[in-house]
Amino acid sequence: MFKKKECVAMLLAGGQGSRLYTLTEKTAKPAVPFGGKYRIIDFPLSNCINSGIETVGVLTQYQPLVLNEYIGNGEPWDLDRVYGGVRVLPPYQGHDGAAWYKGTANAIYQNINFISRYDPDYVLILSGDHIYKMDYNAMLQYHKEHNAACTIAVLEVPLSEASRFGIMNTNPDGSIYEFEEKPKNPKSTKASMGIYIFSKKILFDYLIADEANPESSNDFGKNIIPAMLKAGEKMFAYDFSGYWKDVGTIQSLWEANMDLLGEAPAFNLHDRDWRIFSRNNPTPPHFIEKDAIVDNSIVTEGCTINGVVKNSVLFNSVSIGKNATVTDSVIMPGVVIEDGATVEYSIIDNDTVISSGTHIGAPKDKAKAITVIGSNLIITKDDNIGVGDMVNASSLSK
Amino acid sequence: MNAAGIIFSNLHDNKITELTRQRTMASIPFACRYRLIDFALSNMVNAEITNINVIAHYNYHSLMDHIGTGKDWDLARRTGGIKILPPYITAYANTSNNLYNTRLEALCSVIHSIRHIKEDYVVLSDCDVICNIDVKKLLEYHVDYGADITMVVKRVMHTEVCPDTDVLIESDEDNRITDIYSSNNLPKGPLDACLHIWVIKKDVLLMAVNDALAHGYSSFNFDIIAKNLKNWNMRVYRHTGYSAKITSFTNYFATSMSLLADPEIRNGLFSIRNRPVFTKVRNSAPTKYVQGSSVSNSLIADGCIIEGTVDNSILFRGVKVGHGAVVKNSILFQDTIVSDNAFLNCVVTDKNAVIRDGRILSGHETLPFYIDKGRMI
Repeated sequence: MFKKKECVAMLLAGGQGSRLYTLTEKTAKPAVPFGGKYRIIDFPLSNCINSGIETVGVLTQYQPLVLNEYIGNGEPWDLDRVYGGVRVLPPYQGHDGAAWYKGTANAIYQNINFISRYDPDYVLILSGDHIYKMDYNAMLQYHKEHNAACTIAVLEVPLSEASRFGIMNTNPDGSIYEFEEKPKNPKSTKASMGIYIFSKKILFDYLIADEANPESSNDFGKNIIPAMLKAGEKMFAYDFSGYWKDVGTIQSLWEANMDLLGEAPAFNLHDRDWRIFSRNNPTPPHFIEKDAIVDNSIVTEGCTINGVVKNSVLFNSVSIGKNATVTDSVIMPGVVIEDGATVEYSIIDNDTVISSGTHIGAPKDKAKAITVIGSNLIITKDDNIGVGDMVNASSLSK
Repeated sequence: MNAAGIIFSNLHDNKITELTRQRTMASIPFACRYRLIDFALSNMVNAEITNINVIAHYNYHSLMDHIGTGKDWDLARRTGGIKILPPYITAYANTSNNLYNTRLEALCSVIHSIRHIKEDYVVLSDCDVICNIDVKKLLEYHVDYGADITMVVKRVMHTEVCPDTDVLIESDEDNRITDIYSSNNLPKGPLDACLHIWVIKKDVLLMAVNDALAHGYSSFNFDIIAKNLKNWNMRVYRHTGYSAKITSFTNYFATSMSLLADPEIRNGLFSIRNRPVFTKVRNSAPTKYVQGSSVSNSLIADGCIIEGTVDNSILFRGVKVGHGAVVKNSILFQDTIVSDNAFLNCVVTDKNAVIRDGRILSGHETLPFYIDKGRMI
């Protein structure tokens, strides 16, 4: 009764995301809220369903509670299927003992059985920390046309930034002859997006060989890709053009949120041909009070706005009091900004209360860094939060 | 909870013909993202009623589209869940296919489904009343009184009664119903008006329906309740929270606008702890306000793009308001487009309406201007 699936996606969602500090204290990075009503993982999951890929394994490890609950049965993304659909794959205890996922390649290796159940010809490897819209099916067609062993999606980056990325050096036909991780003197500007399509059999061969090598750090970028290049496998770069952003740092997460604003935003969420799906709450519509001002911002259901909101992203059920001002900020679900409070150039995590009269952050052009307030806190004037501080429960109690 | 639900989706369609031309009373859009049936459904679901039949009559495509499998109300169940009961037309020759007109006839037409209800109590609800009521408490009240039928009523002044349609109830100090009537000649003072929600013992309901079939009765209130005032234990339950009954298009407009005027009304519907109002989820992006837009005193759903001015209005999902456009005192249904420099005042646009550049439209709060589905102006 089992049907074959042509392509199975494996989404690496186990990373801690330590550079997001307090935002990932209790949540895995892919479950970090983004763009008013989404979480980061909505983007790869929506890309999958919009590309016709209906079997997705989500590899979890770090703080999986929120992520597991969010994915649930996959219904918001139409991934609740009789056969296939989305499956959460945590590390498990096997016959030979239990092991955490040691690296990206090892995580896939430990789930070879999952992939084999669907007998796919191709395996798509994704990560849960990027914001982008991409047709994986077009990439799969490219992979098939070139009869490749592996196809890696690449993005043109400015030469000045190329040394921050894994760079693919390619021949004119698109085949890759060299891979350099964060090169000092980059020869090309094609940066790896961390999206790979492998022909299954070849992938399994390399994963098994890699696992047998005790020296290996079991990582795609560090081990599998170099080993395949060395062996002369057919590897191609797939050019992607369009918006793509790694949201692994506070600064880049803030920037990506701001990229949603404006009349012609860098990243358009109002695209009905490529919808981004998410798990919705039964919250009432948002209400803008008489004297409120909302300018160049996005606002979600459940919000009540009495004060001034400028250049900001408001998630669901945020409440902004009278004479309160929010500028250049990202306000996560359930946050209460009380009357007369001011928030500038900050990220406030979910369900935190900024008490009346408190001032968080400073104007964007004067602040040295983004101020970040963790979740479920009550911040008062007396807490003396400095500009650019990272505040969580333990730092607050000191 | 040991109760099933029956919802009547079409009963009051004729009161608001503008909005029911292509839909049921149940699927009339309300408050940015809801349909009227969401209130009846959520009231039941919040009381753990998970076996619900929705009786449809005509124009029910929008209703079926809205309800889908019922998953948005957690009613996509292996056991129970939600069922839509469209009219049953038999193909046999020489049998009459009478479509029902009244509540009692509607119940008679679904007698087979009523027989299959395993629960001891049935909650009946129309879709013309907007309220967030604690049905669990109502059921407990019904059981405590050992009542056969409990009618939910609201205390109103005689001036607030809609004389043609409202049914009025008199009861004694022990809440026992003593009289039921509708009249143009009302007594002065506070009266109890029926809120179109009933609890009835399943066996009593079946008895009533069989009785109606045998005698050709057609009115639930006057052929069943009025005739059994002495025999049955029937009580009133006064709902003291917010409620509104939609009796006309103008009244729909006024009821919608009252959400903007009074935070108590918004909170009384949407902010009651543990009693959220569920609705069909549409994956819209958050609403975007661009530079220079100006919005005040408005309820706005997700998926809108606002470039112009919106004041004292209700915007459903996916509405676009262009540069220089002004929307005042208006209700814009899903995916309405208001192009640049248009001006709207006291206008209700149905789904997918398009107001082109610079058009000026105005109704009055006593006679709001209605633009039908998909119309381009």
